[in-house]
Amino acid sequence: MRKIFLPLVVVTAAMFVYAPIAIALAPYESTMLLVQKIFYFHFATWMAVTAALTVCGISSAVYLFKGSPVADRIGAASAELVAVFTLFGLVSGSLWARKAWGIWWDWEPRLTMAFMLELIFFGYIIVRRFGGPGAEKLAAAMGIFGAATAPFIYKSTDWWRTIHPKTSVMRTLTDTPGGTIMWNVVIFCSVTFLILFALVLAARVRLEQLRGDLDRLYLAAED
Amino acid sequence: MLRRLSIGITTLMIVTAPTLALALQPPSAAQEGFRPLSELPPGQQVPAAPLLIGSYAFFLVLMMFYLWTIWRRIGRVEKELHDLVRRQAAVKR
Repeated sequence: MRKIFLPLVVVTAAMFVYAPIAIALAPYESTMLLVQKIFYFHFATWMAVTAALTVCGISSAVYLFKGSPVADRIGAASAELVAVFTLFGLVSGSLWARKAWGIWWDWEPRLTMAFMLELIFFGYIIVRRFGGPGAEKLAAAMGIFGAATAPFIYKSTDWWRTIHPKTSVMRTLTDTPGGTIMWNVVIFCSVTFLILFALVLAARVRLEQLRGDLDRLYLAAED
Repeated sequence: MLRRLSIGITTLMIVTAPTLALALQPPSAAQEGFRPLSELPPGQQVPAAPLLIGSYAFFLVLMMFYLWTIWRRIGRVEKELHDLVRRQAAVKR
């Protein structure tokens, strides 16, 4: 990862510079017009949340059942990323809703569950920071259950009556005029966010690794 | 600083979450009549540009702040690590 880290940073920075240009050049959606352009980063951030949840869930389970310290580090790093990306997802969604629905927020299933997800992962961070000895295992259990909410959040718009569009709306994108270009921009932004997620995850895991080294050195010094 | 920030965020969430839940109750029957936004008079329509710019600006600020916190935390731990190694080497001598 060390060898490709710097080139990937450069590529990601270039992709983030180009992303607003691609979004500006993409055709307007016929009903929502300009405000729909929030969608490109909004959707991409939820892709990053999904990736972070998957990584967090798997690594938390590996840590709980195998006791691997590497898995613990990855779990802690990805949990923080879930909290950060979800925060942006909620804020960007709220800004989009203000124009599209006329409200900043609604306690409908998708939004409420996404808000609960944010609370679970804020809880994860607080438990790890202030939980004392054994907090890692408790936090790992929270990570598994937090990750388990992902399919429910995704399917919530299909299962319950809500103002949020159904998951099938993505399939109709290519049928609209200029839909292929819009779809390409969606994929471009999603890939950009996923690379950003991988890079920040690597940096955050490095921090956890350094903390582990420091703890070991302190313990060795005490002995 | 991060410890104080996390205590601040936790306090803020504990205080604001119930307040928000109470304040954002489902609309009453009188408020439920749906009117498409496109049919609103121009004076009542919400401009899209500030929301769009606000969304992208928020992402930029959030990411910059988060990356800065990671960079700062790594720097602090590395410094502590080097200090400890130096102290241990001095004790051995």
